[in-house]
Amino acid sequence: MKIAVCVSHVPDTATKIKIGADGRSIDPAGVTYIINPYDEFAVEEALKTKELTGSEVVVISLGSDANKETLRKALAMGADQGVLLKKDGYYDSFSVAYALAKEIQDQNCDLVFFGKQSVDFDNTITGQLTAEILGYNCISVVVSFKLEGNKITAEREIEGGREVVETELPAIITAQKGLNEPRYASLKGIMASKKKVIEEKVTKADHNLTEIIKLTLPTTKQPGRIIGTDASAVPELVRLLREEAKVI
Amino acid sequence: MARIILAVLEQREGKLKRNAFEVLSTAKMLSDILDLKPIAICIGNNIDNLSEAAATYGITKVIHYKSPELENYSPSVYTDIISAYAKETNAEYLIFSNTSLGRDLAPRTAIRLYAGCLMDCISLHNVNGELIALRPVYAGKAILEAKINSEVKIYTIRPNVFKVKVSEDKHEAEIEIKEVSSPNLKTKVIALKKSEGKLDVAEADIIVSGGRGLKGPENFKLIEELANVLGGAVGASRAVVDAGWRNHGEQVGQTGKTVSPKLYIACGISGAIQHLAGMSSSRYIVAINKDKDAPIFNIADYGIAGDVFEIIPALTEEIKKIK
Repeated sequence: MKIAVCVSHVPDTATKIKIGADGRSIDPAGVTYIINPYDEFAVEEALKTKELTGSEVVVISLGSDANKETLRKALAMGADQGVLLKKDGYYDSFSVAYALAKEIQDQNCDLVFFGKQSVDFDNTITGQLTAEILGYNCISVVVSFKLEGNKITAEREIEGGREVVETELPAIITAQKGLNEPRYASLKGIMASKKKVIEEKVTKADHNLTEIIKLTLPTTKQPGRIIGTDASAVPELVRLLREEAKVI
Repeated sequence: MARIILAVLEQREGKLKRNAFEVLSTAKMLSDILDLKPIAICIGNNIDNLSEAAATYGITKVIHYKSPELENYSPSVYTDIISAYAKETNAEYLIFSNTSLGRDLAPRTAIRLYAGCLMDCISLHNVNGELIALRPVYAGKAILEAKINSEVKIYTIRPNVFKVKVSEDKHEAEIEIKEVSSPNLKTKVIALKKSEGKLDVAEADIIVSGGRGLKGPENFKLIEELANVLGGAVGASRAVVDAGWRNHGEQVGQTGKTVSPKLYIACGISGAIQHLAGMSSSRYIVAINKDKDAPIFNIADYGIAGDVFEIIPALTEEIKKIK
């Protein structure tokens, strides 16, 4: 069995967002890019599954040369092979999913891990889209995963609890925080990753179904009132919440 | 033939959820501005409050796909049923709620219908016959204005943002029940594990959140007590989740949940950018923190710059008095 992990390269969550000159994307100046936090759980689960089943792990990322840094991180953690799908212009989630689906098919992977969302566009859909394109089963927002033969039992997070879900391979799993504790790359892993191959392939955005009109910053709220500095301010706070805000 | 907008209603345990009524009202609102025929679709077994959906929201028809095997969510069956119905009726617009179910189901349906899909919309408006959506990105640090160019269009709407509105059109819709036999249960939910008695931050009207300022996991009982008297949910900052004080399900912020309750009370939370991103769209924000320069006060409507250990219990007592 071959396992794929799809990873994205995103601005660090501590980034202060500035809008770029085109008005449709962020200004990348001074922004630190990292592996998408949810994708670390995806990589870890793929590696754990590799250790149990003796399979091979290929890590795939769609983007520019800069994504190699994220691919290297996954390789240093223990993935065997990297693929950089090079972007040509703007890709919406659908073009991304079609490009990934083609690569997953070419690589002949029947188990694929994604992060449950990228912390840039927060679409939460790429894994499910890719699964439907491939006709694979899919369980999203997974916090517990077990594979026995062809059978998958997973738990997905829902409002107020979890659903226990069963399905079979081939399948796509999207990882939620809590699924596992991602390992740190060892020095040995980092050294070994330098010898691992990152294959580069050209792709096309031929399924853009949505279009960005513009990106803006949210209107900033006026700072409110500091009512006091100790418990004597509490009755006034309660009065404001009842009479002014009318929320309690 | 009238162009159709489908409202996809979510039920759990035999009851339509509140978000289902938001979806109904939004579909009705869009049907008015875009001249569409609104139809609601729901999958499940027995659904107690389905007649309420039919009677009061101005929908022309409610379709109920019914089977004892469909009591719980199944991604494969739900996708099959909704996309088949949308194809059969040539539906042009589909509206889902941006819940764990909607986020899972909408993209699957989108591929079947080759429909563009915009998630977590906070506004949908008509500009020259085109529907323009606003959606938060970068966990709310920026707002994206976008549109869909495919013939069929799918939107998921953020819970608690779109108003539930009873229609003036008192026409009662017909409920059509379609029995489903041998559904495709390739992927199915075999059990539900509920967090006992706990309200989820994603669904709560009021959230009381705690951060590092609580100094230790044992002090979260202060947060729980306040949440309790308010009928709200307990939230947590990333710092305390990473420290293992609280479960990830309670985390609010960029790598946790994005919430928009009517009241958010942040206790001992300084307001790191990734936390603010997840809660700044709350209608009213109260901050309690001893550091008067903490960034949380910049977005709070009301603040008390003092000791959480003194103020939270006093607030709990004061609220008990009025309840």
